[in-house]
Amino acid sequence: MNTFAELIIVFIILMDLALAVTGSLSACIKLVALQGVVAGILPLLAMHGSPHFRALAFAAVIITLKGAVFPWLMMRARDRSGARKDVEPLISYPASILLCLGAFIASSWMGSRLPLPDPGVAWIVPASLATIFTGFLLITTRTKAITQVLGYLVIENGIYIFGLALFVEQPMMVELAILLDVFVAVFVMGIAIFHISREFDHIDTAELSELSDWRRGEDGR
Amino acid sequence: MEIIKPLLQLLAALLLAPLLPGVINRVKAFFAGRRGQPLLQLYYDLAKLVRKTPVYSRTTTWVFRAGPAISLAALAAALLVLPFAGRPSALSFDGDFIYLIYLLGLARFCTVLAALDTGSAFEGMGASREMQFAVFAEPGFFLGLAALAAVTGERSLGGMFGVLTGDSWRVAAPVLALLTASFFIVLLAENSRVPADDPNTHLELTMIHEAMALDHSGPDLAYILYGASLKLWLFGSLIASMVLPSRGGGWARDSALFLLVLLGVAAAVGVTESVMARLRLTKVPYMLITAFAFSALALIFQMAR
Repeated sequence: MNTFAELIIVFIILMDLALAVTGSLSACIKLVALQGVVAGILPLLAMHGSPHFRALAFAAVIITLKGAVFPWLMMRARDRSGARKDVEPLISYPASILLCLGAFIASSWMGSRLPLPDPGVAWIVPASLATIFTGFLLITTRTKAITQVLGYLVIENGIYIFGLALFVEQPMMVELAILLDVFVAVFVMGIAIFHISREFDHIDTAELSELSDWRRGEDGR
Repeated sequence: MEIIKPLLQLLAALLLAPLLPGVINRVKAFFAGRRGQPLLQLYYDLAKLVRKTPVYSRTTTWVFRAGPAISLAALAAALLVLPFAGRPSALSFDGDFIYLIYLLGLARFCTVLAALDTGSAFEGMGASREMQFAVFAEPGFFLGLAALAAVTGERSLGGMFGVLTGDSWRVAAPVLALLTASFFIVLLAENSRVPADDPNTHLELTMIHEAMALDHSGPDLAYILYGASLKLWLFGSLIASMVLPSRGGGWARDSALFLLVLLGVAAAVGVTESVMARLRLTKVPYMLITAFAFSALALIFQMAR
């Protein structure tokens, strides 16, 4: 069963790479959802013996939330904001993929250094750190507000996998609390994106770094 | 008998290699709803070209005439170290995968020199593109072979594929799957198949590999076509040796199974060509960087295990 869990870990890392390079916004949303679902299945595989009802219910909640509710909210925010369909990255494809590879190398080095209990599944700590880094990459190198929410979700996925590496089922309450936070955050951000785009006709965050009164040269001032 | 087997394997590679492009063309024709050219078309073409008298432009020098011959010789020499169905190859020594990569580089270098020697603008363009893509393809291929050496703990090609069994797939399935994907992308790019280059195109501006062979004729063109099929055989058999881990039966059964898988790889190339459009020229390096990323990930996984 561990081989299967390892395959899922590799799949999650490949999805990190895909997230770092994909150009379409809806593909990005679907990838984040898929990553959340796959990460949600992971604890059921890593567990020894038959799964408890608690664990099953928990996995079901996570999969519904990450696989159905979040993508639906994000898609709605995307449609309402009338944003362009591509993610408009600030760095090129090779740079993103090399950054991701570098992140994975650094996180496998860090994973071997951290004094953690043996998780039983190879690469789970590096994979979680790499996923967190990919989230940061999405937040810092994309211009749209909606991709920053996506990056936030990817970071949450990474933290979730990191939690799995430490304990298989203990941190349920912690995870539920995080999930609730993320849920509220996505909800609020969806509304905020809608308001930003209604106010400014776009959701480009680069435009938000200065006040509109300060801008020179637009009407001769 | 044990001495004859590697030679028989080499002979099989030399004789059967032109079959692979035929299989690819038939699969493509099947997807397009056509009957397609005969399976043995490349054999007919080669037989026809060898009998022709070559025509040489007055601007060319001996470099142009030597190019196809040297590149064919380099590819044939590369076949010597190539494993066949996990059996020992004709020639095997530690680090022979580096020798293989250098021979491939030599073959490319001679083709490019011959193309530049004609002084034609189109051939120069093709040569430049060939070298540009090679810069991206070679690191991925090299890193992939290095990762394979790390997985198997062997340093020769024959050894690497010889110890690869079903158990290796059970233990290191993610690594081997990543390597297979990476090698397949490199195969597509190195053999100028569709996502990177269209072997059927006749528009000089978009040609890459074909543009370099525009001025060759007669036996020289035959050398180039035959060399291309040997190269396809080379990459195809690396992939086939990777995905076929079972070493159940005797030599004959293993070899037959291996040839079947090799034909399957050719069919997979044909399917890829049928379902994919060609990438824009500036996007081809991206595809090869993806292959590099797969190889690098495989190596990191193996190291961090």
